[in-house]
Amino acid sequence: MFSYYLRLAMLSIKRNPILSSLMVAAIALGIGACMTTITVNYIMSADPIPSKSDKLFYVQLDSWDPNNSADADEYSLPSQVTWTEATNLMRAKKAVRQSAMASSGAVIEPPGQDAKPYNASIRLAFTDFFPMFEVPFLYGAPWSHEQDQAREQVVVLSQETNDKIFGGENSVGNSLTIGGNVFTVVGVLKQWEPMPKFYDVTTGAFNEPEELYMPFLLKEELELPNGGNTNCWKTPDGEGFKAFLQSECINFQMWVELPDENAEAAYLDFLNSYAAEQKAMGRFQRPINNRLSDVMEWMEDQEVVADDARIMLWLSFMFLLVCLLNTIGLLLSKFTGKAAEIGLRRAVGASKGDLFMQHLVETGCIGLAGGLAGLGLAYLGLIGIGTLYGDFAKNMTSMDLTMVAVALGLALLSSIAAGLYPTWRACNIAPAGQLKSQ
Amino acid sequence: MWEIGPILRALMRNKVGAVLIAIQMAVTMCIIVNAVHIIVERKALMARESGIDEANSFYITSTGFAPDFNEQVTVQEDLDMLRRLPGVVSAIQINAIPISGGGWSQGLQTEPGAEHDGAYTAVYMVDEQGLKALDVELIAGENFSPTDVRWRERSQSDWPDQTIITKAMAENLFPDLPYQEVVGKTVYINDIEPIIIKGIIDKLQAPWIGWDILENSMLSPEKTLFSSSRYLIRTEPGRMNELMPQVEEMLAESNKGRIIRDPTSMPDTRERSYRSHGAMIKMLTVVMVVLTLVTALGIVGLASFSVNRRRKQIGTRRALGASQGAILRYFMVENFLISSVGVLLGAALTVGLNIYLVQAFSLARIEWYYLPLGMAILWMVGQLAVLGPAKRAADIAPATATRTV
Repeated sequence: MFSYYLRLAMLSIKRNPILSSLMVAAIALGIGACMTTITVNYIMSADPIPSKSDKLFYVQLDSWDPNNSADADEYSLPSQVTWTEATNLMRAKKAVRQSAMASSGAVIEPPGQDAKPYNASIRLAFTDFFPMFEVPFLYGAPWSHEQDQAREQVVVLSQETNDKIFGGENSVGNSLTIGGNVFTVVGVLKQWEPMPKFYDVTTGAFNEPEELYMPFLLKEELELPNGGNTNCWKTPDGEGFKAFLQSECINFQMWVELPDENAEAAYLDFLNSYAAEQKAMGRFQRPINNRLSDVMEWMEDQEVVADDARIMLWLSFMFLLVCLLNTIGLLLSKFTGKAAEIGLRRAVGASKGDLFMQHLVETGCIGLAGGLAGLGLAYLGLIGIGTLYGDFAKNMTSMDLTMVAVALGLALLSSIAAGLYPTWRACNIAPAGQLKSQ
Repeated sequence: MWEIGPILRALMRNKVGAVLIAIQMAVTMCIIVNAVHIIVERKALMARESGIDEANSFYITSTGFAPDFNEQVTVQEDLDMLRRLPGVVSAIQINAIPISGGGWSQGLQTEPGAEHDGAYTAVYMVDEQGLKALDVELIAGENFSPTDVRWRERSQSDWPDQTIITKAMAENLFPDLPYQEVVGKTVYINDIEPIIIKGIIDKLQAPWIGWDILENSMLSPEKTLFSSSRYLIRTEPGRMNELMPQVEEMLAESNKGRIIRDPTSMPDTRERSYRSHGAMIKMLTVVMVVLTLVTALGIVGLASFSVNRRRKQIGTRRALGASQGAILRYFMVENFLISSVGVLLGAALTVGLNIYLVQAFSLARIEWYYLPLGMAILWMVGQLAVLGPAKRAADIAPATATRTV
């Protein structure tokens, strides 16, 4: 029966080519616009580390100005921590895994006469960074806890950096001059590009990961420059790099891994008692206010999904609505035009249900065609957004299978929804009236 | 008049089609008016001027790495070399670039002490050539003299005792004084460190285009020893593109103990900073055009259909003496009535969406005249769309009345 309805649908679609293609085009445009914006929003709001995003927590402590809170409202917390907090919390080691981190940069002098020195971005972190965020290794392994404490000059390279400097070979054990100091390569990462770059969104949630990774405490040892944002509510006491590190300036991020709610509560207790301790020493003069946010909470807090993307999402849904209203109108015309045929089929014995099914198959076909064309349009739309936004959107404009399925499902569902009323009207035609005029 | 009575009664007999068109027009109007509103807002943002000679300025970064790299000597040599280069109007070392996105901000306050609030400002560290290189006009007070300019180490936290601020910053700090009288006043940085305002400049924007106090900037008479230097170079009109590679090569050749990187023109910087606004404008324009087309095609489709269905009646009316003009008018008036319901509904929807956008995304409210303008445009779209089918209806021969089907 289904294949018979399918044949009838094809015949009917062919009989009214202009009306049919208008409907397909309307659905395609609506689906295309929607899928483009849905894809962008889907990627922006994606969980970058689904296996443990609820076990990783971003640490915030209120070490800010006694007279002013860190942001708009009174309970706003500073978005980063000071060097003092970063090193104290690392020393306390109260979580299963923990890493303070910072971004920095230095000049790399690649080996070989011809290679030109260049400026590379650096992530300073503790060794827990790698297992905590499930960073994959191509060669070698993270440095050890001992190397962290001993401030050894060891470095992990991103795959691209390894390709660029060592031609993609296993470079573990080689030495590399960074910022005038000789480092030993201990590991090379496999391609790793979390979207969003959740572990540090300070200068943009969709930036590229850093090119080099090295032990955090080298910041102090080698006086590495500050990357990202530095905010101070109070000027450092005294001059020089040491004074900056001991100041109330925030430039560091702190992440901890806590396996369950008990651990989370225990860690928060620890933070509160730490703040009380600091209070006793004359710091932390605001009311005690500390926070742990898991990955998705932190992404929400940092407003990773751009407002423009959300506005476009809303507008594109309304766009789809207009396209569907259009389709309803066109279907109504079309089915009313078929009144005589429907009357005849009713008269020779087709039940209302049969006719309903038949026309539903027809709208389904139109919807599917529109959905497929819409997928093509969405692909073009994403390319368009890619060119409009340049490298900002480089990682935001690819569709995966989920999105393709969503597109086809949305097209089918919306076209059938659009087809319901016209179909119902068509099936309720009294056969006698239609036969008379023949 | 114009058979409005009969048209309405005919419409009531076939409500669904008309209602569909009306809703479509309403939603279309809602999207178009709000999109135009967003576009106008973004265009206004993009039209703001940074205050510098953007068309003829570029910047380049120099980062020392060699163990024997002497930054102070290099910076002085670089500046001498750049300023002597034919085609260069002026060149300075500067810590941040207007509208580029990265920079340094500080609070200034008129009373000393941590308990007092201040006004925030962007900080540009420049020497006595700063005004010339940035192409800003001194409207009160004096420029820095070469002896005012000091060297600043990377972690140094104290400030020179003089500054030049923008007019906007002067008004922000001393709202009750005319800006000329702000010259010579003492303000405080880092809560207690006094600085004297030496001069006022007309306009210079901060690096962050999203900042609500974008016009607040101060110049500090300093050259920096941050191991990485940025030079801002202003060229004679039209010579920027020719000088950019020349400067890059010249600096790279002159000293091998550093790397010269990222030569960037101000037009590129502006394009990059405002790219998301530009992209939004383009996307919304495409949406508006396509949406209008879809709605117009929908009207054409339904009107053609209703013309076809009424061929016989139209023929009869023609046979009974109605002119072609009367038939044309019938469909135009019918569409006008449907559109009217649509645009009225659309006005309500438009305001609704705008209220939501204002609350959720802190957009501005739409101006009142957007509504009548939007309504007029949608009316026009409707009339244009129905013109084709209506003309075809008018062409139906009176003889059609005599034929069956």
